[in-house]
Amino acid sequence: MGKQLNQDLDVLRIREDFPILKRVLRGNRRLVYLDNAATTQKPLFVIDAISNYYKNYNSNIHRGVHQLAEEATLEYESTREKVRKFINARSQEEIIFTRNTTEAINLVAYSWGTKNIGRNDCILITEIEHHSNIVPWQMLAQEHNCKLEYVSVDESGYLNLGDYQELLNRNRVKLVSISQMSNVLGTIVPINKIIRIAHERGIPVLVDAAQSVPHMKVDVQEMDCEFMAFSAHKMLGPTGVGVLYVKKEILTGMHPFLGGGDMIKDVDKYHTYYNELPYKFEAGTPNIADVVGFGASIDYLNRIGMSAVRIHELGLIDYAMKRMRDIQGITIYGPLESSARGGVISFNLGDIHPHDLATIMDDRGIAIRSGHHCAQVLMRKLKVSATSRVSFYIYNTREEIDLFVQALYDARRLFKI
Amino acid sequence: MSDDIYREIILDHYRNPRNKGKLPGADISTHDSNPLCGDEIDIHMKIQGDRIMDIKFEGRGCAISQASASMLTEMVINKPLTSVKDIAKMDILENIGLTNLGPARVKCALLALKVMKLGMVNYFASKDPESAEILEKDSKSL
Repeated sequence: MGKQLNQDLDVLRIREDFPILKRVLRGNRRLVYLDNAATTQKPLFVIDAISNYYKNYNSNIHRGVHQLAEEATLEYESTREKVRKFINARSQEEIIFTRNTTEAINLVAYSWGTKNIGRNDCILITEIEHHSNIVPWQMLAQEHNCKLEYVSVDESGYLNLGDYQELLNRNRVKLVSISQMSNVLGTIVPINKIIRIAHERGIPVLVDAAQSVPHMKVDVQEMDCEFMAFSAHKMLGPTGVGVLYVKKEILTGMHPFLGGGDMIKDVDKYHTYYNELPYKFEAGTPNIADVVGFGASIDYLNRIGMSAVRIHELGLIDYAMKRMRDIQGITIYGPLESSARGGVISFNLGDIHPHDLATIMDDRGIAIRSGHHCAQVLMRKLKVSATSRVSFYIYNTREEIDLFVQALYDARRLFKI
Repeated sequence: MSDDIYREIILDHYRNPRNKGKLPGADISTHDSNPLCGDEIDIHMKIQGDRIMDIKFEGRGCAISQASASMLTEMVINKPLTSVKDIAKMDILENIGLTNLGPARVKCALLALKVMKLGMVNYFASKDPESAEILEKDSKSL
C-alpha cells in the first residue's frame, strides 16, 4: 500500500478491484449497487486477506506460542493499531472489537450505563437514531426507571439545537447518545458543537459513527467524544466486526461485558482478576479472520484517502439530487444542501410504495433499499411508513445514477403518474 | 420482467380498492402486518349463518399487498366462511396474475389471506374450540 493518491478517485480502476461489480443480474443487467448504507461491497484485497489467513496462518490468538499463533496475533493486533490510527485514538487500549455497532452500543449500555444511570436520570438521544441507538437505551430506561428523551428533527432534516439545550436544562442527563450521520436523511449533525455543549455540563457523549466513519475523516481526539461505535462491513470490510472506542479514563472504570476466556488475568474458584485493556472487553475467541480482513479494508481506504472519498460522494450527491429534483411527483427527505449530507438520499415517488419501486429497480439490476431503514421513530416523524433510499460509495458513478434516474422515469410511466 | 407486475388490474385495485373501509358491527376483525415491508391489513367480516355477508379491509402498503386484499374480498363475499380454509397460495397468485413473484414479494401478496384465515380460526375458536382446531389443521398452508 503506497501513499495517498491525489484527490480525484480513479473510479474505473477502483471498480476493477470489486469482483461483484461484474455480476450480471435479471437477464443481462450489470449490477448497479446503491445500497451502501446497508453494507458495502468488498474489494478482492479484503477477500484475499481473509482467505490468506485461513490458508496460511489460521490459529487462535494471544495464547499459543507456536509460529501460527504468533502470526495470527500479530495480524489481529495490527488491525487494532490501524483502527487507532484511522480514528486518531490516543492508545490501542481504547479500541475494542465487537460484532458490530449494535453490540458496541449494547456494551456501553450494559457495562457503563447500568452503573452510571439511575432512577430519574435521563438518557438523551435524537429522532434520527437507528434502532440500534434506541432499543438498548429503552431497555436500560425500563430496568433502571430512568427517562429517555429525544432531540427533535425539523422538517428539513436538521436537529433542533434549541430543543437540545432545553432538554439538557430540564433533565438530569447522564449520557447523550447520537448518530453523527443519519442513515435515512443523510444529515450530518454538528457533532463538535453537540459534544461541547454536553461537556459544558460534564455529560459524556456516545457517537454512533456507523454511517460517518466509512465516508469521512473522523478524529476522536478532535471530537473529544467519550464513546464511538462503528462497523467494518460498511467500510469495505467483512460482516461480523465492529469497533467500540472508549476514552481510556472511562474504560478503566468500566466492568466487563462478557465473561470468559481471554478477558482474564487469573481465575480461581470464586474470583477472577480481569485482563488489562482492551482484552478485558473481548471475551472468547474473537472473529480473527474478519478482523484481519478489516485491517485490509482500512489499508485500502487509506490508500484512497478519506478526503477523496468524501469529495467523490459529494459529487455524486450533488448530481443525483439535481437530476432527481427534476422528476415530477418526487419527495426528497432531508437537507437540500449537499454539503450537509452524507452519501444517502431517501425519497418517495408519487403514490408508488417503496417496495414496488425497489422491485422495478431490481428488474433493472439496480439494488436500492426500501422500508423503514430501522428508523421507525423517524418514519413516524416524517409521517410515512417507508421510504426508498439510495446510498453511494467509492465505486459508484454518474452513469449508474443516470440508470437509476431512468428507472425512476420508467416507474412513473408504469404507475401512470 | 417484473414490470409485468404493475399491469392495469393491479394498479386499478391499488388505486380503486374494492370493499375498503370500516365495517361497524363486524363479527370478525383481524389485523396483521409484514414487519419486513411495513404492509398492514385489517379484515372485517359480518357473518350470517355460515356466510360472509359483508367484508371490508383497511390497510396500507405496497401495490401488491393492497391489490391482493381488494381482490380477495371480492373472492369470498357471499361465500361460506369455512371456504376460506380452501384458498391456497396459488389461488391468490393466479387470481392476481402473479405466479412468479420472488419470495420477499410473495409475502406481500399473501398477507390479506393470512389475516383472513386467522380471523376465521379465531371466530370458530370463540364458539367451538375443537372445530377451530380442525379448521386450522385442514386449512391450506401459505
